[in-house]
Amino acid sequence: MLLQQIINGLTLGATYALIALGYTMVYGIIQLINFAHGDIYMIGAFIGVAAVAIFHQNFFLTLATAMLACVILGVTIERVAYRPLRRAPRLNLLITTIGVSIFLETFMTVLKGPQPTGFPTVLKNVTLRVGELEFSSIQLVILLVSLVLMVGLQIIIKYTKIGKAMRAASEDYDTASLMGININRVISFTFAIGSALAAAGGVLVGIYFNSVSPYMGVTAGLKAFVAAVLGGIGNIPGAMLGGLLLGLAEVFGVAAGFSTYKDAIAFTLLIIILLVRPTGLLGRPIQRKV
Amino acid sequence: MLEVKEVSVAYGVIEALRNISFTVGKGEIVALIGANGAGKTTTLRTISGLLRAKKGQIFYKGQDITRLPPYKIVELGLTQVPEGRRVFSRMTVLENLEMGGYVLRSRSELKAGLERVFERFPRLAERKYQLAGTLSGGEQQMLAMGRALMSRPELLLLDEPSMGLAPLLVREVFSIIQEINKAGTTILLVEQNAHMALSIAHRAYVLQTGEITLEGPASELAQKPEVRRAYLGE
Ligand SMILES: Nc1ncnc2c1ncn2[C@@H]1O[C@H](COP(=O)(O)OP(=O)(O)OP(=O)(O)O)[C@@H](O)[C@H]1O
Ligand SMILES: [Mg+2]
Repeated sequence: MLLQQIINGLTLGATYALIALGYTMVYGIIQLINFAHGDIYMIGAFIGVAAVAIFHQNFFLTLATAMLACVILGVTIERVAYRPLRRAPRLNLLITTIGVSIFLETFMTVLKGPQPTGFPTVLKNVTLRVGELEFSSIQLVILLVSLVLMVGLQIIIKYTKIGKAMRAASEDYDTASLMGININRVISFTFAIGSALAAAGGVLVGIYFNSVSPYMGVTAGLKAFVAAVLGGIGNIPGAMLGGLLLGLAEVFGVAAGFSTYKDAIAFTLLIIILLVRPTGLLGRPIQRKV
Repeated sequence: MLEVKEVSVAYGVIEALRNISFTVGKGEIVALIGANGAGKTTTLRTISGLLRAKKGQIFYKGQDITRLPPYKIVELGLTQVPEGRRVFSRMTVLENLEMGGYVLRSRSELKAGLERVFERFPRLAERKYQLAGTLSGGEQQMLAMGRALMSRPELLLLDEPSMGLAPLLVREVFSIIQEINKAGTTILLVEQNAHMALSIAHRAYVLQTGEITLEGPASELAQKPEVRRAYLGE
């Protein structure tokens, strides 16, 4: 059942890709690994759980609410915690992101307890059969929603004014500001998009595994980070490719009998990539400043 | 139009500019010449708001712009072509120009801007959809200048536009600068190629290790023995 495994791998991979995009976009513009990004994904999942109750099982309203709430959260965190440190040494900022991460995890633990809770039913879970192939309606929704979001992202980046400004700023921060681009606004926008995608990932994964917990962002965040590095950090199509490849690698690893080592697969891949191709699959050679 | 008043700028503890003052009047071409490391780029980056003055003030059209962020300064009509062209290499020629027109409010202004720039630089029109990184050095300089003109600046800062260009192209670039000036844009030109800069400028300042040591009409400066020795290779 090769095709079956591929579908499972792509489903998992699509969720990694959604989170990986936030890491890579933020890195692309301010060269920062935002370690709190995985926790945005976690908060998104929790908001999803709350929204299900409010919106009477409407999937799209649930998804939209989680995304919107995380946009506000992500933009606020950048504004309050990261922006004042823009001119401070890089390490200070990196440590701040870890601080924010711990804060969010602890906050949710206090609020909801450390135990995982289930995700209330919001999508009918029926098994679809196409010949030998078997997949759930939930998998189909995950794949479709991820596809729509990623195509939407590409359109924004390629054709809109703010999307072009993002590309300009990620290529050359100073020159972009000499064009009259308000860099702070571009950075806010980047955090907004990244957080929305992570929240979508959180809701989808919460539904898929029927489990939400304050620490769900730790492993998922690390893996998505690996996916971003795998594709070439700072490179948007790279994050998508990296996520999908990582999902496939995990599913095939488990199928091959390494299920105990499932979480180790990502990091083995990371080590191999760093040794063989440090700039990632689609990354450009590291440019040294002259 | 521009008044730089007793400005000092430091990188950490190293002072790059010490108490420099100069002015640029409306309609002028003013040259700022000096050797490597004199502080020319530092001066332009400070005017554009990329660097903060440690001391002193910068006025543009009577307004204090010393503490404004770069994008606000561009909105006021003060644009810079940075040293080394700095085109967005992974974006097309057209997208680069659109970024230059970022502060324009309407689509029709953007379209008019593109038409103006393509008229002045027909080469760019032919290469609209080419990635800027694949342009030749000369074409990149044209793009950098076209990009800056998109916002219809009243004052244009140019940082070594002749750098790395063949003599023929240098001539072309300087004649374009004169045309831009004749069309009504005031120009502050930073150059190491003092000969060319002094030949088109109305007035000039000499910057030496962070201080302005000489100033005057360009033609007079070009006659001074100390300038001829230090900057004109005699
Ligand atoms: N980012 C920086 N950090 C520390 N020192 C700097 C920095 N940028 C420039 N300097 C120093 O400031 C001084 C002035 O540099 P600046 O780039 O303004 O010179 P310049 O006149 O433009 O030279 P060139 O003709 O080579 O472009 C130099 O001594 C330089 O080493
Ligand atoms: Mg310079």
